[in-house]
Amino acid sequence: MFLNQFLLLAAILFCIGVYGVLARKNGVLVLMSIELILNAVNINLVAFGAYWNVTDMANVSGQVFALFVIAVAAAEVGVGLALVLLIYRNRQSIDIDDVDMLKG
Amino acid sequence: MLALLVAQNIAFYIIAALMVVGAIRVVTCKNLMHAALWLVLVLAGAAAQYILLASEFVAITQVLVYLGAIIVLFLFGIMLTRARTGADEDLDNSSTAKMIAAGIGVLLLGLLGYSLVDGFRDTEFGNLMVQRTAQVSDSIFSTYLLPFEVLSVLLLAALIGAIVIARRD
Repeated sequence: MFLNQFLLLAAILFCIGVYGVLARKNGVLVLMSIELILNAVNINLVAFGAYWNVTDMANVSGQVFALFVIAVAAAEVGVGLALVLLIYRNRQSIDIDDVDMLKG
Repeated sequence: MLALLVAQNIAFYIIAALMVVGAIRVVTCKNLMHAALWLVLVLAGAAAQYILLASEFVAITQVLVYLGAIIVLFLFGIMLTRARTGADEDLDNSSTAKMIAAGIGVLLLGLLGYSLVDGFRDTEFGNLMVQRTAQVSDSIFSTYLLPFEVLSVLLLAALIGAIVIARRD
């Protein structure tokens, strides 16, 4: 297997996630797109980790960082969904476009 | 050995195709609940790719944390914000914004793809060995002990923060 197979798959998923963040207006869907992006990064980390593990058996840094990213993603989704719920409670809608109170 | 490599490649391309289709459906489909379920396909595919990369512990954690916890959180979020369970036409930005977003996505993909193909042209994995969970835990609890502790404090802070933000008072 080539390293590039995994890296290109991750690149495609990353770009789909970026498209989702920019094109969607529903708060929950934007968070889902961010999950796609984080997942793409995780595939990269694990692929590079496996690549370096072949030359140095004790080196599992790629996996360790992937685990850290998973944990941070869980925290991010928790806080993000709490924010979306708060926006919904105050405005009866979770359209990102409606949250424009900072505009003068 | 060769047969195993061919099998790995076939598995990779099937799973990759499923993941890309799932990801495209997540960002285009008109039904919030279906988007969450397509996301399950992408995340499960990622877990399968980790297995192909001989990283068992990350694959299991992916299934436990992403499929088990984060998707459930998303479904809670969708239901608590009382989204319509049927199709909803009002999930996307205007079509101009979508065109610009698609342009940015394609541009980024071209750039990333070019630099990856240019940089790692024929780099192959050597003889992939199973990366043992014992090694992962050794690494976390020795080299990466400090980041690990910081991460647990971050999770606690996020937990308390989410409760404070979302509670009614």
